[in-house]
Amino acid sequence: MALSGMRGLSVFISDVRNCQNKEQERLRVDKELGNVRTRFKNEKGLSPYEKKKYVWKMLYIYMLGYDVDFGHMEAVSLISAPKYPEKQVGYIVTACLLNENHDFLRLAINTVRNDIIGRNETFQCLALTLVGNIGGREFAESLAADVQKLLISSSCRPLVRKKAALCLLRLYRKNPDVVNVDGWADRMAQLLDERDLGVLTSSMSLLVALVSNNHEAYWSCLPKCVKTLERLARNQDIPQEYTYYGIPSPWLQVKTMRALQYFPTVEDPNTRRSLFEVLQRILMGTDVVKNVNKNNASHAVLFEALALVMHLDAEKEMMSQCVALLGKFIAVREPNIRYLGLENMTRMLMVTDVQDIIKRHQAQIITSLKDPDISIRRRALDLLYGMCDVSNAKDIVEELLQYLSSADFAMREELSLKAAILAEKFAPDLSWYVDVILQLIDKAGDFVSDDIWFRVVQFVTNNEDLQSYAAAKAREYLNKPAIHETMVKVSAYILGEYGHLLARRPGYSPKELFTIIHEKHPTVSTSTIPILLSSYAKILMHTQPPEPELQNQIWTIFNKYESCIDVEIQQRAAEYFALSRKGASLMDILAEMPKFPERQSALIRKAEDAEVDTAEQSAIKLRAQQQMSTALVVTDQRPPNGMPAQPSIGPLSLVKVPSETVDSQNPGDQGLTHPNGVVYKEDPQPPSQDIIGDLLGTLSIEGPPGAVAQSPQSATYEAEGAPSAADAAALVPVGEESGSVQPIGNINERFYALCLKDSGVLYEDPNIQIGIKAEWRAHQGRLVLFLGNKNTASLGSVQALILPPTHLKMELSLVPETIPPRAQVQCPLEVMNLRPSRDVAVLDFSYKFGPTMVNVKLRLPAVLNKFLQPITVSPEEFFPQWRSLSGPPLKLQEVVRGVRPLPLPEMANLFNTYRLTVCPGLDPNPNNLVASTTFYSETTRAMLCLVSSQLFIESSTL
Amino acid sequence: MGIRFILMVNKQGQTRLAQYYEWLTLEERRALEGDIVRKCLARNEQQCSFVEHSNYKIVYRRYASLFFLVGVDNDENELAILEFIHLLVETMDRHFGNVCELDIMFHLEKAHFMLEEMVMNGCIVETSKSNILSPIQLMEKTS
Repeated sequence: MALSGMRGLSVFISDVRNCQNKEQERLRVDKELGNVRTRFKNEKGLSPYEKKKYVWKMLYIYMLGYDVDFGHMEAVSLISAPKYPEKQVGYIVTACLLNENHDFLRLAINTVRNDIIGRNETFQCLALTLVGNIGGREFAESLAADVQKLLISSSCRPLVRKKAALCLLRLYRKNPDVVNVDGWADRMAQLLDERDLGVLTSSMSLLVALVSNNHEAYWSCLPKCVKTLERLARNQDIPQEYTYYGIPSPWLQVKTMRALQYFPTVEDPNTRRSLFEVLQRILMGTDVVKNVNKNNASHAVLFEALALVMHLDAEKEMMSQCVALLGKFIAVREPNIRYLGLENMTRMLMVTDVQDIIKRHQAQIITSLKDPDISIRRRALDLLYGMCDVSNAKDIVEELLQYLSSADFAMREELSLKAAILAEKFAPDLSWYVDVILQLIDKAGDFVSDDIWFRVVQFVTNNEDLQSYAAAKAREYLNKPAIHETMVKVSAYILGEYGHLLARRPGYSPKELFTIIHEKHPTVSTSTIPILLSSYAKILMHTQPPEPELQNQIWTIFNKYESCIDVEIQQRAAEYFALSRKGASLMDILAEMPKFPERQSALIRKAEDAEVDTAEQSAIKLRAQQQMSTALVVTDQRPPNGMPAQPSIGPLSLVKVPSETVDSQNPGDQGLTHPNGVVYKEDPQPPSQDIIGDLLGTLSIEGPPGAVAQSPQSATYEAEGAPSAADAAALVPVGEESGSVQPIGNINERFYALCLKDSGVLYEDPNIQIGIKAEWRAHQGRLVLFLGNKNTASLGSVQALILPPTHLKMELSLVPETIPPRAQVQCPLEVMNLRPSRDVAVLDFSYKFGPTMVNVKLRLPAVLNKFLQPITVSPEEFFPQWRSLSGPPLKLQEVVRGVRPLPLPEMANLFNTYRLTVCPGLDPNPNNLVASTTFYSETTRAMLCLVSSQLFIESSTL
Repeated sequence: MGIRFILMVNKQGQTRLAQYYEWLTLEERRALEGDIVRKCLARNEQQCSFVEHSNYKIVYRRYASLFFLVGVDNDENELAILEFIHLLVETMDRHFGNVCELDIMFHLEKAHFMLEEMVMNGCIVETSKSNILSPIQLMEKTS
């Protein structure tokens, strides 16, 4: 039966197949292994054919799960056999049995190299495949050049080149330096012109690996990918052999679209148009057909196209088309499509605009949570977790809770963790949060980790409003006949701390509380006893005047545990007993627990850790991070959304331009409004970093960074007559020690960054984050302040005053006096620019956290350049206008000496960020930049401003 | 993006073909094969062809008493792999003529030759059946 005439092998395989049980199989295999071993030992008498047969036997035995280490050497030695059949076996079996770290592999490296550079194509293929599968660093260093040569060689046949492409991919992964970026990018682009689809398929894999690492170097490959995709989509020049159920190589299509997803954008408009045409055709033209294979293949392409559209962040219309498709998919009968629909919707959450559309499918997604297939249920859970926000948290979490009782065990832990996190992140109010967690413990106590109940205790401790509510809830659960031990822990803790708040209600007397808690005592394990003891001590402490009967009961318990074998329990019992005899001093020692310091939720951290190695969940993780940076969650100091994106230019350049823009407005400042206010100013001093501070912040209200937050201590010092900024800075260490509130990040830098863009974080400290979003139109602006409380306790006495300079009219809507825990408040602020000025508006913001009053004065980025609107001017307009202006104050000139000039493109970029339109080609000298803009204010209306920057290289001036 | 392993097992859960593209020790292989075979074989026709297992995914397909299981990275295109399995089966069909478990058992080397032509280092190299089979045909001619 066996081909290749290996009768002994067939006999062995049949024998193994006929074995009745694992034991028989083992005996048969052991016998064979013994046989093979002896044959290998007397190697002299072994013909190449026999060797080949034994090596295949070994591979078979290895597949059955038995160790065949002794035969590695034999497999490797076959690589050097002169004839193809033996050599082939040697190569294939070696690749199966060994990995890159095996020493034997080194023995073969020379033979492998000789086969690669030799003339025999079949040998080349074998050697390239081996290296492609298990080649290590050593191979990379000694073979990469040869492999590259083969890949681009015009004399090599496709069957060798396609293997060379993937071999090079392996070597590149082992040592990225083997692919020299400079020379290789062009070669790679040429490779993509390949007609042979085998070579193209493997080259595309190579490209995916290269661009995923460094897309910058491979821009030239982008249009080629689009061309390949067009070729496939239009079915041009595709051999029949590569057409799968009428679809031109679906695998190559998928791979090409994958490669395109590693380029951040498609800039060239023509390429972009062609690409979108193809994508549109895929999105619209994929129909459901009867043939399963055809259907799968076309949908494989469709899903990849969806991913690419999402990545390119296409036009709104195309995006909603995608969501509509996915919405359809999650409701179909075919389970694969349902699964993929949910999975891709989760990925789509990364695209912020579509969240609202996805929410429309919430009901269907919740249905999928009850799908008969666990794979689909998991996807639905992930999607619900990802799409949850303040608006739908209540529905989703309650749905999860309801599902919890019927969910399979494999999912319960994940489910309860996710429900707990969502409840914490998006709780509309904290009592709801407490309800959710208690329900969670009630329904799935076994799956609720300690972190979850610790967290709820932290919340209750930090929020006075919540304490009596939580105590009442805990009491309710204790009434149930059988409750989970975790519930006993959390209830006992909460009732011990806060039960006394409800002492007047019936059923809440110290004695009743003690009785109901103590009823659970016989059922709990040693880990719970210490909590019960503390709880009893607290109850006792709150019973004033002491009730002798209760006291005796509790003392008996303490007595009993004084000899407990568990040290923790013993110590608590002994100490509580001794303390409770001290009478009044008990009150101080056992007083209510202080507030917990704010910290990142252990749950969220746990969830993040769990997600680390699953690439496909990265969308959720990314979003989780974004949500955290909007200050709703107490977290480490993550850089908030895109902050602080200082433009990539040196400090000098940062200084230069504002001085020009601002100066050009000076005449307005002095009441001399001229429609063509161009300004020249002589400034003999080289600019320094401070200038921008001067220019943009004439009201120098801030000290150095760090001195802004005022602790009570620093306030006292100021009262004593040391209010200068320097002194305030010197106080910082003191403030830190005494727990004063320090800003996170540099306030000045945040302000400067916001001068250049319209949204970002203005201020952040451990308690609050103030974000800003602004829209500007002509001389008016609308800012929204986002005040986010990062804590689990409310912030009180919140005050926000705007101190506008005379040229700005500002109206701030009402700011609430308290910001609820972990909530975000939005306060719109209307701005109107009356006339040009360099003064800056200030937000005087204060709040109270615990005993600490925090007050900061923050400059608001309602600065001059926000009232600029870019405008393009023709040469015919520019130069006459320019010349018509004669000297100050309408025209200011400034010469900056001794400065290393900024490269022109960066300079132009900088101009653009300040909303000055650079007019290229206007000035015949390529070293000069000419820009124009319009300035708006109520008194001046639109005012044209012109800027010319000239570079004198010989004197190194700008 | 890549294929981590390709397994073929019968409905008793016995491995008939195994090709790994990432190194696992023998114990790890045994544990993994046990786990995923148990997971996949317990599923029915109404369930989807994808199973999540630790940090990767199994895409599987059943042909009568044979199961093809392919382990892939989480970001792999699942349907493309599902059809790749079918391509493998069609290629085997073309060579053996309606392939069955015994063909693969007794011609293990040929199954490996085919995989060798189709997948390399976890990436798909070739999808044309005649190209995949040409080395085997060449060898049969010469012997």
